[in-house]
Amino acid sequence: MDAPLTIAGEELGSRLLLGSGGFDRLDRFEAALAASGAEIVTVALRRVEDAPGGLYDVIRRAGARVLPNTAGCFTARDAVATAHLAREAFETDWVKLEVIGDRRTLLPDAVELLRAAEELVGEGFVVLAYTTDDPVLGRRLEDVGCAAVMPLGSPIGSGLGIRNPDAIELMRDAISVPLVLDAGIGTASDAALAMELGCDAVLAATAISRAREPERMATALRLAVEAGHAARRAGRTERVHHARASTSDAGLPDLTPSAG
Amino acid sequence: MRISLNGAERDLPDGATVAAAARLVGVAPDERGVAVAVEGAVVPKARWAETPIPDGARVEVVRATAGG
Repeated sequence: MDAPLTIAGEELGSRLLLGSGGFDRLDRFEAALAASGAEIVTVALRRVEDAPGGLYDVIRRAGARVLPNTAGCFTARDAVATAHLAREAFETDWVKLEVIGDRRTLLPDAVELLRAAEELVGEGFVVLAYTTDDPVLGRRLEDVGCAAVMPLGSPIGSGLGIRNPDAIELMRDAISVPLVLDAGIGTASDAALAMELGCDAVLAATAISRAREPERMATALRLAVEAGHAARRAGRTERVHHARASTSDAGLPDLTPSAG
Repeated sequence: MRISLNGAERDLPDGATVAAAARLVGVAPDERGVAVAVEGAVVPKARWAETPIPDGARVEVVRATAGG
């Protein structure tokens, strides 16, 4: 029997995490959440005037765990302060730590990220760290006590999929805590590939929320994550650069008309 | 006194509490999924009613929104 995904001692029934960003309507988000089977949903914190409300209740009603993020933070100090607010607002010490270094690419700032991770772990937070696909940084994040490492496949919201599959495989080799492919997933095959490369889970937001039919795409990603995970466990055939007959030549009938 | 409440300058009576500031932006203490920071530090909900805001302080009242 396959062991369930376990993050910080918590067993999870689904290997697909849902980001709540990008949905134009709360009811569409709710339908997508149900179809995705996700048990963890990320949310952001914003001033109440810019946060209409209702989202938190929908997630709780679905029985999913809220995973607050620190999106929009550019320094360790801001990320730590945001995590404190999130812990108060959602009564959780789990946090998806994002410390961004650049507005155009939204790529993580490695130095600030590691600093914030160390500080939050020291305060007892369960830190899931959004990071570049760098195996060395990933290991450093594990070393300071992150509960999960979340490498990007490509920039947030880009839908470009996994641009460097080799790096993700290297991260798998380097890291023992759960590896969650985060950012860049565009469609089902990207999610399946992430799992085939050895990721323990996939987080998708834009891929679902900006699909023409979010609920249908949520189903597709759920199935893709399951399929990719099963394929990884099954162990794929080796790649060779020539044909290998799958049909034996033994007993091949001779169909040449006899001479005379 | 004057404070900055979610980025807007607001006049409040001296000694006004965090609960009063939260009420100004439509948040009651029993609402779930909200939090308040005064000068960047969280004030736990249980202490909103008894915590006065210092003059000139920056107060942020936040709630869950879609993201990431």
